[in-house]
Amino acid sequence: MIVANRDKIQKLAENLADMDDIKGRSLWTDARKRFLKNKAATASVVALLLIVLISFIGPFFAVWTNQQIDWDILGSAAELGAPNFVNGHYFGVDDSGRDLFSRVLQGTRISLMVGVIGAGIAVIVGTLYGATAGYVGGRTDQIMMRIVDILMSIPYMFVIILLLVVFGKSISMLFVGIGLLSWLDMSRIVRGQTLSLKNKEFVEAAQATGVSDFKIITRHIIPNLLGIVAVYATLLVPAMILTESFISFLGLGVQEPQTSWGALINQGAGTIQYGTEWQLLIPLMFFVVTLFSFFFIGDGLRDALDPKDR
Amino acid sequence: MSAPVKLLSVHNLSVDFDISSEGDMPWTKPRKLHAVVDVSFDLEAGETLGIVGESGCGKSTLARGISRMLPASAGRSVWMGEDLLTMGKAEIRGHRKEIQFIFQDPLASLNPRMTIGQIIAEPLKTHFPRTSKTELRSRVREMMEKVGLLPNLVNRYPHEFSGGQCQRIGIARALITKPKLVICDEPVSALDVSIQAQVINLLMDLQEEMGLALIFIAHDLAVVKHISTRIMVLYLGNIVELADAEKLYETPRHPYTQALISAVPIPDPKIERNKEIILIEGDLPSPINPPSGCVFRTRCARVKDICAVEKPPLKLVADGHQVACHFHD
Amino acid sequence: MALLDVKNLSVKFDTNDGEVTAVQNFTFSIDKGETLAIVGESGSGKSQSVYAIMGLLAKNGHATGSALFEGREILNLGTKEMNKIRANDISMIFQDAMTSLNPYLRVSTQMAEVLMQHKGVSKSEAIRQSIDMLDAVKIPEAKARIRMYPHEFSGGMRQRVMIAMALLCYPKLLIADEPTTALDVTVQAQIMQLLRDIQKEFGTAIILITHDLGVVAGSCDETLVMYGGQVMEEGDTEHLFETPTHPYTMGLLKAIPRLDQAGERLDTIRGNPPNMMNMPVGCPFTARCDFATEQCRDEKPPLIGSPHHRRACHRTVEELA
Repeated sequence: MIVANRDKIQKLAENLADMDDIKGRSLWTDARKRFLKNKAATASVVALLLIVLISFIGPFFAVWTNQQIDWDILGSAAELGAPNFVNGHYFGVDDSGRDLFSRVLQGTRISLMVGVIGAGIAVIVGTLYGATAGYVGGRTDQIMMRIVDILMSIPYMFVIILLLVVFGKSISMLFVGIGLLSWLDMSRIVRGQTLSLKNKEFVEAAQATGVSDFKIITRHIIPNLLGIVAVYATLLVPAMILTESFISFLGLGVQEPQTSWGALINQGAGTIQYGTEWQLLIPLMFFVVTLFSFFFIGDGLRDALDPKDR
Repeated sequence: MSAPVKLLSVHNLSVDFDISSEGDMPWTKPRKLHAVVDVSFDLEAGETLGIVGESGCGKSTLARGISRMLPASAGRSVWMGEDLLTMGKAEIRGHRKEIQFIFQDPLASLNPRMTIGQIIAEPLKTHFPRTSKTELRSRVREMMEKVGLLPNLVNRYPHEFSGGQCQRIGIARALITKPKLVICDEPVSALDVSIQAQVINLLMDLQEEMGLALIFIAHDLAVVKHISTRIMVLYLGNIVELADAEKLYETPRHPYTQALISAVPIPDPKIERNKEIILIEGDLPSPINPPSGCVFRTRCARVKDICAVEKPPLKLVADGHQVACHFHD
Repeated sequence: MALLDVKNLSVKFDTNDGEVTAVQNFTFSIDKGETLAIVGESGSGKSQSVYAIMGLLAKNGHATGSALFEGREILNLGTKEMNKIRANDISMIFQDAMTSLNPYLRVSTQMAEVLMQHKGVSKSEAIRQSIDMLDAVKIPEAKARIRMYPHEFSGGMRQRVMIAMALLCYPKLLIADEPTTALDVTVQAQIMQLLRDIQKEFGTAIILITHDLGVVAGSCDETLVMYGGQVMEEGDTEHLFETPTHPYTMGLLKAIPRLDQAGERLDTIRGNPPNMMNMPVGCPFTARCDFATEQCRDEKPPLIGSPHHRRACHRTVEELA
């Protein structure tokens, strides 16, 4: 009985000791606090979330699909096709009488996907490649980085256009093209950062303790890289969107009936002289708001993660 | 009392760095920077060896050469009968728990993304991966108490601590595997005077309690003399003098040591204003292109022809007092 | 009249986490040709106080109070006016010589520019004077070396070049911010010797900011000890070192290992320096002081005493014995 009690008391004491532990403020916690203080960045996150939400929930409220042609309006888009809540064309119709609301939402999904997947490839490939080159160093590093240099010297746009022309215009080929080249900058940035981290005393301390190289990379190098990778990735997303838009603007990217912001803007710009300015302005607004949001978020992240720079 | 145990025995250790200069082709043979030249000494268990010298004299390189954190170009470093410099990679990793480091910059030596509990536990986790979580916790807490940190701070991050506290964390990390030798590389130079004294006392207490041997590197001769049993004076990668701490201060024999001691300011106006400082003329020569013969001859007041021709060997001039000078006192 | 007379100087910084007071009610004066040491640990406000006087505070910092240089108010002066004073009357040297030397210009260009701008002399005359000044700071072969770039000098030589540049217009006051901290002891000894010689030769008053009490002991008439942004004690150096009367000064002097003494254990000052973000209401040293009372915690001690010895402590000297 007494023994059991003693056990209990000990457990209680341990629990109390646990409660006493003061919670630390990690650098991430600090960064989040600073980020939330940045009004532009926080507003941008909200705007971006709204756009994403609309692009996925919107279709449930759409009266028309993105392929349906409204024969009543076709041919007189300038007079009858303006944004109108009565006939269900919330954003109006495009030149071929298709519902712009559905088309913009679908284009948003494609454009965001291109941006996120392109940046994602860059983050994964670039981080691994750069961290390896930087940590191993020496000749390996030299060779790996010269390969990057060579790839960088090839005109980016030229390669993508060539790929699309040779292998046919398809969205997957666009991903291949963007993914092939987007990680180059990232790997350079990550390598540079790794080089400076490698010489930090805490890495030396780990080496002196006998921690294995693999553990040093995963435990000490990569967590300290995440900040800069996050910042660069947010800035990379709009760059990818811009690239895709440019390709689609040229007519080489996404193919009908699929669309994207670039294609929509292209069509809108082509018909502006007929008085259908909404066909340009609505996709353009989505495009601009998203780009600005990403830039503000990237800026906010950079300030939040690296407060010394201010 | 048993005879002192030889813990570490360094023989003719040299460390070179490759220096590539501008305009070199990839196949150009790089020039050598001789950071540490032909250093030999012994270290006994529980002893403190101080290493002093000016910046660029190779103090830190020597410490890293001994423990094979940097590759040595020649010599041996015998740790309890085994040469650290020739053993296999896995083998040396096993020895790392016996030789630990404490670094100069308290904050930079701690990973900012890890809690101090994780930081202190890392050596233990690395060398005894099967330690249970509860044991790990209690060992970390015990160690934190030992170095004067409240154990309930275990989940905090390094940036939430002051410089002195960070150095305590670094000491806790170094001592958790119960090492036999701790190499302290300028452990107090980045700390304020009032904190410096706390850390020095802590190191001395822990040394006594755990029977540690210390290699204490610093540029501040007063600090080194306070903590060390013996002091080694380095100049341009060479040992110029090695003696018991008190003897080195009372009767320095090498002209460089004499100048160094005279230059250390003493916080007492009466003494400081009346003492004679031996000023050394000129600049430190480049270790890429060191002077022939005695490395100190370019700035030495006693220089004679022989100094340029023949390198003075490190010779025993009194009990435990070694000097490398042709014209020592 | 004192050369520089600073009264109730306070320095505050606006930071993201609120306003931080770096220096509070800082009062001191320095006479012509005198040497004053401002001693303190990192964060004690010793550098920020003189930066404020020199108008060199960071953008988010602002200073209040008064600083009279030869009877003229120079605190918060416009950039143009301040530049004139900085060149002709008060010069400053820093811990890292590279902060005041342009790495891309020859030393000759940089030194001559100062003279041409402020003294209006011709280029050849400016170079001649610059060489003289390099000679004065004992740079060997000054004539040849003046053509070199800053990075071609060693650390100690670079510090000499910076001192030469600071002295070009024969300032009445030289402020040295940790001039030897980055240097080795043997070089430090040379530079301190040089500063003493310069003082004798030019009669320049020197404010030496340092954390090293040993350096102070060797070359300063007056010493001022700062802690937590406030002056703890000020007095004649010899007197202050022999009979310190403030618990902080006493602790500090005991905590330094001395080369000329074999001690077993160092006396320490317990605890850690105060956090700038939330300074204690009373004496900043309260938490680490063995003599602290409730009064110390709640009430700032005033800095009082005779002109050659002032202290800020609620306890009397007898009580601390």
